[in-house]
Amino acid sequence: MVAAAETVAAQAEPEVLLAGHGITKRFGPVVANDDVSVELRPGRILALLGENGAGKSTLVNVLFGLHRPDAGQVVIADEHVELSSPHDAIARGVGMVHQHFQLVPPMSVVRNIVLGAEPRKLGMIDVAQARRRVMDLADRFGLHVDPDAAVEDLPVGAQQRVEILKALYRDARVLIADEPTAVLTPQETDHLLDVLRGLTDQGVGIVFITHKLREVMAAADDIVVLREGRVVGTTTPAQTSEAALAELMVGRAVDLHGDRFESGATGVGSAVSTAAAYSDEKPAAEAGELPVVLDIAGLCADDDRGQRAVDELSLAVRAGEIVGVAGVEGNGQRELVEAITGLRHATAGTVSISDRDASGARPRQVTVIGVGHIPEDRAKHGLIGSYSVADNSVLNRYFKRPFAAGGMLRRDRIDSHARDVVATFDVRTPDVESPADSLSGGNKQKLIVGREFSDEIDLLIAAQPTRGIDIGAIEFIWRRIRERRDEGTAVLLVSAELDEVLALSDRVAVMYEGRIVATVDPRTATREEIGLLMAGAAPAEVGS
Amino acid sequence: MSVPAGPQAPAETDAAGRAGSTDDSRRTLTRTVLRAAAVPLASVALGLVLGAVLIAVQGHSVLSAYSALVLGGAGDADALLRTLQKATPLVFGGLAVAFAFKAGLFNIGGQGQLLVGAAFAAGVGFGLEGVPLVVHLPLALLVGAAAGAVWGAIAGVLKATSGAHEVIVTIMLNFVAGNLTDWLAANPWQDRSGSNIIARTPLVEPSAEIPTWGWLPAGFVLAVLAAVACWFVLERTTYGFEVRSVGANRHAAHYAGISVGWIMASTMAVAGLLAGLGGAIESLGVDGRFEAGVNVGLGFEGITIALLARTNPIAVIPAGLLVGLMEAGAAKMQFESGVAPEIIDVIQALILLFVAAPLIVRWLLRLRDTDDRRLTLGAGWGR
Repeated sequence: MVAAAETVAAQAEPEVLLAGHGITKRFGPVVANDDVSVELRPGRILALLGENGAGKSTLVNVLFGLHRPDAGQVVIADEHVELSSPHDAIARGVGMVHQHFQLVPPMSVVRNIVLGAEPRKLGMIDVAQARRRVMDLADRFGLHVDPDAAVEDLPVGAQQRVEILKALYRDARVLIADEPTAVLTPQETDHLLDVLRGLTDQGVGIVFITHKLREVMAAADDIVVLREGRVVGTTTPAQTSEAALAELMVGRAVDLHGDRFESGATGVGSAVSTAAAYSDEKPAAEAGELPVVLDIAGLCADDDRGQRAVDELSLAVRAGEIVGVAGVEGNGQRELVEAITGLRHATAGTVSISDRDASGARPRQVTVIGVGHIPEDRAKHGLIGSYSVADNSVLNRYFKRPFAAGGMLRRDRIDSHARDVVATFDVRTPDVESPADSLSGGNKQKLIVGREFSDEIDLLIAAQPTRGIDIGAIEFIWRRIRERRDEGTAVLLVSAELDEVLALSDRVAVMYEGRIVATVDPRTATREEIGLLMAGAAPAEVGS
Repeated sequence: MSVPAGPQAPAETDAAGRAGSTDDSRRTLTRTVLRAAAVPLASVALGLVLGAVLIAVQGHSVLSAYSALVLGGAGDADALLRTLQKATPLVFGGLAVAFAFKAGLFNIGGQGQLLVGAAFAAGVGFGLEGVPLVVHLPLALLVGAAAGAVWGAIAGVLKATSGAHEVIVTIMLNFVAGNLTDWLAANPWQDRSGSNIIARTPLVEPSAEIPTWGWLPAGFVLAVLAAVACWFVLERTTYGFEVRSVGANRHAAHYAGISVGWIMASTMAVAGLLAGLGGAIESLGVDGRFEAGVNVGLGFEGITIALLARTNPIAVIPAGLLVGLMEAGAAKMQFESGVAPEIIDVIQALILLFVAAPLIVRWLLRLRDTDDRRLTLGAGWGR
C-alpha cells in the first residue's frame, strides 16, 4: 500500500516533497516545537538554522517519524501522513543523514549501504547485484567512494557520502542532513555542498540543519530560522545577510569577530596580548620576555589502534598567547592533547609545563601543576552525566581544599562553588543539584569551561571548546578564553573549526599527519592557504 | 544496568539531612524515596499476588498460608531472631554486590567470598584457645573479612591489570572457594572428636561466639552498621566520589585524575570484605562452626537483595529483612497450611524478575516514570 502510493507520487512530480504544518512537540514541560511550519519543494535546499535547543532536531525527528507531534501534520509528497516510525518515512522516500553516522565500521561500503534492504537471491544476499546498484547510484550522483573498502578505513567525508548513498539507495526523494558539515574540513565542506547541489539538480529536496551561517548563505535556497521552538524568520540568501541571520537566531546582535584588532584599547591585559600577537614578527624583542609555559619537544604518541598519531612534534606556547592548532580531524590532534594531559601514554619526547617536567605525568599531576583542560568529548571525558552540576563543577578538583578535608567531601563548599560557577559562567540550570545530563550542550560546555577556569591555571588546553553549541555560548566561551589569555594564561587551542582557530589565535600551527607542518600568522594567512596546508600541501607550495 | 542507579541518587543526597532542612525539602525527600521504591514495592506485591494464585491453585488457603508465613517470621521473639539471623548474611551479600556495582562492577563472587570468610573465621574461632573474647572475636571476624577481601581483590586486580572480566573471574573463584573450603573442612580442619565423619570444623570457642541479645543477634547490628558505613563512604568521602565516578563514567574518572585500576581493585576488595564478614558471622554467630555445603547459595542471594534494593546500601537492609522473613517463616507456613516451602523460592524469583524488568511493572501498574528522567530524555533531542 505504501509502495503503491509512493510510486504514484513519484511519477507525478509532487508540489511539496516534505512539509510540517503547525507542528507542536512537548517533552514534559519543555515545548521543543511550538506551531512550526516548514515546506520543502523539489530541487531545493531548505536550511534549518538555529541555536542548539532551538528545536531543529526535534522538528526533523518529527518529520522523519522518530517523534510523534502533539499537534500539527506531516506532509510527504503532497499527502498527509501519520508516521509511526522512521520506517514509514523511509518507505515514503525520506532519508536522513545523521550527525553521528549510523554505519557498521568493519563492514564494506556496499554492505553498509544495502544493510536492511539487501537484494536477495535464493535467500542469500546477492552481493554482485548490490555492488552493481551501489556503483550505479554513485556514478549517477557523483558520490565517489570505494565500494569494497571497510567503512572504518574511510575518511569522515567519504563515510558521509556512504550515508548519503544509503538514503539514495532507498529511493529517497528527500534528504535530511543533520549538521552534516560539523566534522568536515573546509574543502570537504565545499565538496559536500557541491554534492548536495548536484542532488537537487535531479529533483531531490534537501533539508539541511546547521548553525553555520556561511554555509547557509552559500548553499541554501530557502532559510527557516528557529528560536526557542518557534519559527522566527523565513527568508532566502538573497534577502538577508549573515549578521541579520545571527541576530534572528540569537535574538540580539552578536559579535563573532575577534578582538584582535581592538585589544590595544582595552587596558592592562592588552599589553600582554599585543606582545604575544606579534610574537611571530618580533620574537626576540617583546614576546621573548614572556616565559614559555608549554614546551613540547619530539613528542610521539600512538592512536588507539597502535599507529603512530603524533610524530616527533615540537611546539611551544608562551604565557599570554593563544596558539591555535588547525587541522583536519584525525591528524593526531586528539592524541596530542591526550598525551599532554596525561590521558595517553607518550612513546617518546618531552613535555614541560611551567618549567616542570610533565613527560609521562598522570592526569592528576597535570591538574596539580596548573593546567586546565577542556576536553574534546564532553560526554565522554568532560562530565559525568548522572552527576549533579555541583559534583561536576569539582570533577577533577574534588580532592583539593576547600572541597575536601581529611578524605571527606564538604558538600556545602562544593555547592557554593557550583553556584559561583553557574552564576559567573551563565550556566542555565534550575539548581546545582540537577543532573548534568539535563543541561543543553552549550550549558554543559559552559559548566566545563567554568570548572576549568575557576582554579589557578598557567596553561589552558582547549580541545574543540565550542563544538556543537550555539552562537550565544560560543561568543561567551570565546570571550572567556580571550580574557584568560589577556590575564597571562598560555592557551593551546585545538579546533576542527578553522573559523574558530582564526578568530582566537595569535599564532596558528597547522597539523598534518601528526606533525606541525607550518606555523602561520592568522592576520596574513588566508583560509585557502591554511586549508591547503591542512590537506597536506607542502608549505612551500602554498601562497606561491 | 544503569536503571537502578538513576532515581536513587537524589534520594541519597537528600537523605543526608542537609543543614536547615525544611518541611518542604523533607516532603521532596519522601517523594523521591517513594518514587525510587515504587518499582521494588510493586514487584514485591506482584510476586506475592502471583504466589497467592499458585497457593490457591494447589487448593490451599492463601490467607492461612501467608499469615503463617508472617507469624513464622515475626510472630514472636524466636521467629524474629530467625528472621534477623537469616537477614544478616543477605544484607552483607547484598552490600557486596551493591558496593561493587557503584564502581560499575558486577560482583557474582559473593558466594566464594562468603565461603572463605566463613571458613577462615571458623578456623580462627576454634583454633585459638584461651584468648579473651575482646581479642578472639574481633580477630576471627577480621580474618574472615580479610579472607573475603583477598578473594574479591583477586578479581579486581585482574580486571584492572589485564581487563579480565570480573563476572567470569568471580564465577570461577566461586568454584575455587567452594572446593578449597570443602577440603579445609574435610581434611586439616575437620572435627576429629568422637565418630564425626562430616566435613566440618569443630565448634568455635565460646570466646569467638557472636552474642545474641534476646531476639536481636549482634551480627544483624553489624550488618546494619555496615550498610550505613557503605552509604557514608559512597556519599560522603572522596573515595566514594572516586568509586561512583568510575562506575558512572570511567573515561571522565580517568580525566578527573582518578586511578581507575586502583578503584576497581580496591572496590572489589571492599565488596569481598563485606561478603566475607557475612560468612564469618554465619560461622561465629549462627552455625557455631564451618560446615561444607551449609552455606551454598547464600552468597548468590546477595544479587537478589542488591537488585531489590536498586543497589542503594540503605535499602539493602529492608530488602534483606523481607527475604529473611520469607525464609524464616517458610517452615511454619508448610507446617500449618501444607504449602510446600519451595513456593518461597518461586515468589522470590518472581520478585526479582519484576525488579529486573521495571518496564513491565510500570506498564502493569500504570506507574508514571520519574519526571526528571523524562525531562532528560526530552532534552536529549534537539537541546
